[in-house]
Amino acid sequence: MKTIIGFAVAAIAFGLLALAPFYLDAYGIGLLIGMTGYVTLASAWGLFSGRTGYVSLATVAFFGIGAYAVAALNETLPYPVILLVAAGIGLVVALIVGLATLRLAGVYFVIFTFGLAELIRQLVTWFETTVTGTLGRYIFLPLGPEHIYWQLLALCAVTLLITWWVDRSRLGMALRVIADDEVVASHIGIDIARTKIALFVISAVLITLVGAIQAPRWTYVEPAIVFNPTVSFLTLIMALLGGAARLWGPALGAIPLFILFEWLSANFPNHYSILLGLLFIVIVFLLPRGVVGLLERLRAPSAPLDQAAGTSAPAQGKAASQEVRG
Amino acid sequence: MTTVTRRRALRYFGVSVAIAAASFAMPTSAQERTSIRIGYAISKTGPNSGGAGITTLPNYQLWVKDVNDAGGLELPDGSKLPIEVIEYDDRSSAEEVVRAVERLAAQDKVDFILPPWGTGFNLAVAPLFDRFGYPQLAVSAVTDKAPEFVQRWKKSYWLLGGGHDYTNALAGLLSKAAEAGEINKKVAMISVADGFGIDLVTAARPSFQEAGFEIVYDVTYPAGTTDFTPMINEATGSGADSFIAFSYPPETFAITQQAQVAKFNPKVLYLGVGTGFPAYGANNGENAEGIMSLGGIDPNNAENAAYRKRHEEVVGQAPDLWGSVVTYNSLQMLQQAIQRRGLDKEAVADELSNGTFQTVLGEVKLEDNQLRKLWFGGQWQNGQFVAVAPVDREGAAPAILPKPEWK
Repeated sequence: MKTIIGFAVAAIAFGLLALAPFYLDAYGIGLLIGMTGYVTLASAWGLFSGRTGYVSLATVAFFGIGAYAVAALNETLPYPVILLVAAGIGLVVALIVGLATLRLAGVYFVIFTFGLAELIRQLVTWFETTVTGTLGRYIFLPLGPEHIYWQLLALCAVTLLITWWVDRSRLGMALRVIADDEVVASHIGIDIARTKIALFVISAVLITLVGAIQAPRWTYVEPAIVFNPTVSFLTLIMALLGGAARLWGPALGAIPLFILFEWLSANFPNHYSILLGLLFIVIVFLLPRGVVGLLERLRAPSAPLDQAAGTSAPAQGKAASQEVRG
Repeated sequence: MTTVTRRRALRYFGVSVAIAAASFAMPTSAQERTSIRIGYAISKTGPNSGGAGITTLPNYQLWVKDVNDAGGLELPDGSKLPIEVIEYDDRSSAEEVVRAVERLAAQDKVDFILPPWGTGFNLAVAPLFDRFGYPQLAVSAVTDKAPEFVQRWKKSYWLLGGGHDYTNALAGLLSKAAEAGEINKKVAMISVADGFGIDLVTAARPSFQEAGFEIVYDVTYPAGTTDFTPMINEATGSGADSFIAFSYPPETFAITQQAQVAKFNPKVLYLGVGTGFPAYGANNGENAEGIMSLGGIDPNNAENAAYRKRHEEVVGQAPDLWGSVVTYNSLQMLQQAIQRRGLDKEAVADELSNGTFQTVLGEVKLEDNQLRKLWFGGQWQNGQFVAVAPVDREGAAPAILPKPEWK
């Protein structure tokens, strides 16, 4: 019953958000595009990193793959097919990367994923310079900002649905055991590698699609534009602020932070970077377990800790502490 | 446990949405006009800030100061209004520059928007300028597709030419020298594997072939390369009299140094971005003599000389010798179009397309929304970066060939 109410409320919220372009000016829609994009990125990031404790900085690698796929194919294929191809490329890359690296632990994985974005950027550059002889590509698709927004909103809903489903599936159960103790998990017959790879691939495909959907907004795409490492860092800090292991956690981090970034860059364009750095420090010190973690701690006196915090809390704590160490 | 959390979460989600809604529903009050609002988003931080901070931003600031010191922008009725600037930092992010321009157009409702720095960013915002009806005077965007873009976005103006213009002008200069028997018909080329280098080298290959030159060496190197000795050695052995590098500033400086160390002194030495920086002339002193690059200025143009002097006084650094003067020229065109036609964006765009302007470049008239009368090649001569190409344009100085020995 409560689940049904939750679904109804979420459906109404998404329905209202879908109507927003009819009431907002271009800037308002632009703001919603950015916000929905980051909510989706942070949620997709949390789906893998929040639940496994593997902090990934590869967000922009997949984001860029999606954007570049659209740029490369927008003159030859119909748009829905391009999205499918982009998702397919993201899936294959994620599979290869996952198979090769998910046995790496902790900080090694962080470093590898950070390098992955640069590796893919250099591969694309090499391919474009030696094979096609151009670097920048143009995207002329008849998509207005409202179309991009609706697609992102739909993708955001799908991401949250998948997250909700994973948390209740055998996959989610397996993850909780892995997060608690990998040795126990392998002893009771959970295929740890396969579980992690499955989740990594789902998360990567979602991130790839965010890049693919947002790309037409820039008209012109080159590696320096789409493989901008800031995207990875912002996604990570947003998810951690909200609480990466929870369904709504990343959204709770992404929305206020996005509004804050926007406010800072509109009102303090010359001090943005300093204020941002201070903010990150404050977040890490004051909210190591995110907004959701804070809410649960405030609730703790009235409810038993294990009930309020739930079983997936260790994964979240692990993710947060790994970030601090890394 | 999860439903409780979710309900709470949803409530916060709702609050956030409400805050978001409130933040962009802020009213902009109508008021008596006391200023002309001009906005721009520029890369003040991030990888693009170097280029934007040399070619674009100082000229925006200088122009606003010049106009406001003179009492403001003049309107057709003779009245003057000061410029009020709204400036944003796009942090070298494409999504940020798009949103900043949306903010300028929809929220700040500025009268005119000045373009950002760079080919990619100018293209990213072009559909927005078009949708909101703002004229876009794109300067720091070298593109061969300008004629196509003008068809797509009627109020876009492209003022720095395309890759082919630069390489055709260079091929023309080399042909003339080859006919005079000063150099042989072989060229060695290296280029950076990034936007600028690829555009130029792709344009250069057909340019040289049409001019009857043989490209005996043609390699691409990754941006950030610091050791050019192997490439210089190969070029020495290739037998070409002309060495061309479509390079970025750090590499331009490095190649200049390493060529001296290797005693590599080709008859024609043509380097990329950075050669036209005032610091290049200052750092290399006599050794800059004879080195060629893109851009160049006519030292006999008094208005340009006065502009350079004012730029140095106000900004504290001399303008670069390629895009800067064209940027300032674009702002003067806008200023004169406003003076003739007022603040109506449509009328100003029409004036920019069809009018004739007196600027720091002399008399300027656009052809099909593009500035075609440009200096595409320059050479350091006696401490000045003098325009030498296209060779058939009036005012072009004769190139010094062969390049003098390193000192």
